[in-house]
Amino acid sequence: MAATAPERSKRSPFIVELYRSALGKKYVMAITGIVGLGYVLAHMIGNLKLYQSAEDFNLYAETLRELLYPIAPEGLVLNLLRGVLILALVGHVVAAAQLTAMNRRARPESYRSKRDYVAADFAARTMRWTGVIVLLFLFYHLADLTWAVTPLHEAGDTVYDRVLNSFNNPASAGFYILANLALGFHLYHGVWSLFQSMGWNNRRFNHWRRTLAVAFTVVVIGGNLSFVIAVLTGVIS
Amino acid sequence: MNLTLRVWRQAGPDAPGRFETYEARDVSPDSSFLEMLDLVNEDLIAQGEVPIEFMHDCREGICGTCGMMINGQAHGPQALTATCQLHMRTFSDGDEIVLEPWRATGFPIIKDLVVDRSAFDRIIESGGYVTVDTNSAPDANLIPIPKETADLAMDAAACIGCGACVAACPNGAAQLFTSAKVAQLNMLPQGQAERYDRAEHMVEVMEEHFGSCTNMGECEAACPKGISIDFIAMMNKDYRKAKFRGRRSA
Repeated sequence: MAATAPERSKRSPFIVELYRSALGKKYVMAITGIVGLGYVLAHMIGNLKLYQSAEDFNLYAETLRELLYPIAPEGLVLNLLRGVLILALVGHVVAAAQLTAMNRRARPESYRSKRDYVAADFAARTMRWTGVIVLLFLFYHLADLTWAVTPLHEAGDTVYDRVLNSFNNPASAGFYILANLALGFHLYHGVWSLFQSMGWNNRRFNHWRRTLAVAFTVVVIGGNLSFVIAVLTGVIS
Repeated sequence: MNLTLRVWRQAGPDAPGRFETYEARDVSPDSSFLEMLDLVNEDLIAQGEVPIEFMHDCREGICGTCGMMINGQAHGPQALTATCQLHMRTFSDGDEIVLEPWRATGFPIIKDLVVDRSAFDRIIESGGYVTVDTNSAPDANLIPIPKETADLAMDAAACIGCGACVAACPNGAAQLFTSAKVAQLNMLPQGQAERYDRAEHMVEVMEEHFGSCTNMGECEAACPKGISIDFIAMMNKDYRKAKFRGRRSA
């Protein structure tokens, strides 16, 4: 029997309250990062059909538009997935920008003497830059293969043709390789880092976190780079 | 051994600072780093100059008062060692040693190598305590605590609050300090009453003064007590749970 009626909560929704803090923004970084990890892995696996044949690859690209059709209307599932990916990307970038601004405020005057880093590796210290490279690449990649409006090479009628034209162009292929290396460093630190941000820490599995980061990076980036190299060396033609 | 020191000199909080060069002559390899600075200061005083201001107290690595950037590393090149426990044998004859204060918005410089670390006190005030009856002391071992838990809590409690984690962090974040202070209580039965309020309040006060964690691990490497970044993950989890709590209907 309550003596008084419960007061109406004046607190904002849980997610807003959490996001206000830097720790909450790190949760957003981690969760949107996990969405991105799922995407790059699925993207790489789907593209393995490049090794089968032009028909298989083009069929795969077309089938994506008809995911779950005829259960769902044509294009619905694909566009829902696109919506989730765009939301995740915006969340990841906005949270990163806000956290970076906070970190700049936390040390406006840098050390005058040369810092000697012990634990912070190249990948960890360059997350902001590898992230920006990957973001710029993402727009090029969409213009190149999805919208077919690249200035670097002839577009081509099918997706398969566009991939081959793109990878046979040295400037375009170079950008793909550079962006994938940047993504590789980003994934290597991101996969490990998300466990800490999410508070997933257990001394039973902690030593697997680095291994998982390396394995995931090698699989995704190895697969992606293999497509470019296979085209450049004529294995796929 | 003879050494060249390049020391950050700054007369006051708002005064402009600059590096000054000093020679340290006939330094015994067995002397501690702070003893070496004492000798340099003796010379400066004899010459009528203002001695180098630095913080120190226990000089046995347990008070957390000393601390400075030595050649770009918090507490210098030797792992698991506070500045006072660093000995000159770590260096070689003829070395140049660069000394700089901790740099972070939360640690404003007072003078030379001395910074104001009272932002740490603000974090502790917001939740670094437990509620207990203030009667006569309770029986020891009244509350059974598994050995593993006690050991882990003790690992966290080893934090001496020196600020090396903030100084070493490329983001100027105080996650390692705060998480150690949260974890040492949150893991124990006595800390359960305020567990989630503690995590919430201490994190939020921390974020008023310091940057945010990017999981680089530089703090763990700089920590003279070897505090693990596992505690940071633990704090993140308790903070998330704290935000969830109180939203379910009673």
